[in-house]
Amino acid sequence: MTSPERTATLRDAIGLGLAVGLYGAAFGAAADAAGLNTWQAVTLSALMFTGASQFALVGVLGAGGSALAAVGSALLLGTRNTVYGVRLVPLLQPRGFRRLGTAHWVIDETTAMSLAAPDRALSRLAFLATGATIYLTWNLMTAVGVLGAAALGGTARAALDAVVPAAFLALLWPRLRAAFPEAAVQRRVAVGGVVVALALTPFVPAGVQVIAAVVAVALAGRPRAAERPTASEEMA
Amino acid sequence: MSGTVLWAAVLAGSLGCYLLKLAGLSVPAAWVEQPWVARVVDFVPAALLAALVAVQAATSGHDLVLDGRLVGLAVAAVALALRAPFIVVLLLAGAAGALVHVIAG
Repeated sequence: MTSPERTATLRDAIGLGLAVGLYGAAFGAAADAAGLNTWQAVTLSALMFTGASQFALVGVLGAGGSALAAVGSALLLGTRNTVYGVRLVPLLQPRGFRRLGTAHWVIDETTAMSLAAPDRALSRLAFLATGATIYLTWNLMTAVGVLGAAALGGTARAALDAVVPAAFLALLWPRLRAAFPEAAVQRRVAVGGVVVALALTPFVPAGVQVIAAVVAVALAGRPRAAERPTASEEMA
Repeated sequence: MSGTVLWAAVLAGSLGCYLLKLAGLSVPAAWVEQPWVARVVDFVPAALLAALVAVQAATSGHDLVLDGRLVGLAVAAVALALRAPFIVVLLLAGAAGALVHVIAG
């Protein structure tokens, strides 16, 4: 129980969990800015518990989008977790009832920490320690963020309005870095998403332009000629 | 938007996201490990998050607008490029937005 590897795994998991959990304050503030009340923000963090989807849901609602568009964009971002689950099954081997609980904590960070662990026992430890730490701090900081933001007015409100898009940019940023797989394609898709969303904004119901931005994946999400052996399908 | 509709979005979205997580632990791996699924999962987040950045920073209803939010976003981009910690990025963006609000009245 006291092996150095266990200690290192726990330390890394809890360290990451605390850092990510602080982000919950930004979510709480964004939820307040979007018009959600304290209980709705706290419920999202407790029950949805997957950051990008939560931000997307309140982002679309905050832009005046319909509930359907908001839920749709949250689900589109939530499909990541399905793939994570598939990768985690061999490591965590969740059985029966435990699978229901395990599923709730399948997110970016728990998956990354679990996959990075050197063996299966440490994978489980990393998953549980990361999941528990993030779950506690994320929910606590959501409450801090939403209550803090609700007390703001005037200039502080303008500051919060500027923080929300910056928080989305911070979520997006790691995908655009050179170290990320296919970063050049990621960047093209991101630029495509911006162009599609802004071009549609005057014409479609609010929030629909966000979901429509997924067409950028079809438009820009394929490797270019220089990035793969043959270019013949590029014109198809 | 009424409280009931907001609650419906909160609860339906939460249930859907949970079922997506549970599906990954429950369905045969071959169902999910298809090339097109991998493309969607790899690239949809970039498209959606970029669209959300643009909509949050530069639109109001059906209009494109230029205000302190876009200035804050530019400051955040510089801070991220310089690898500033997350909290610093948000504080700088907020400070920039507040400054524009004060200057522009």
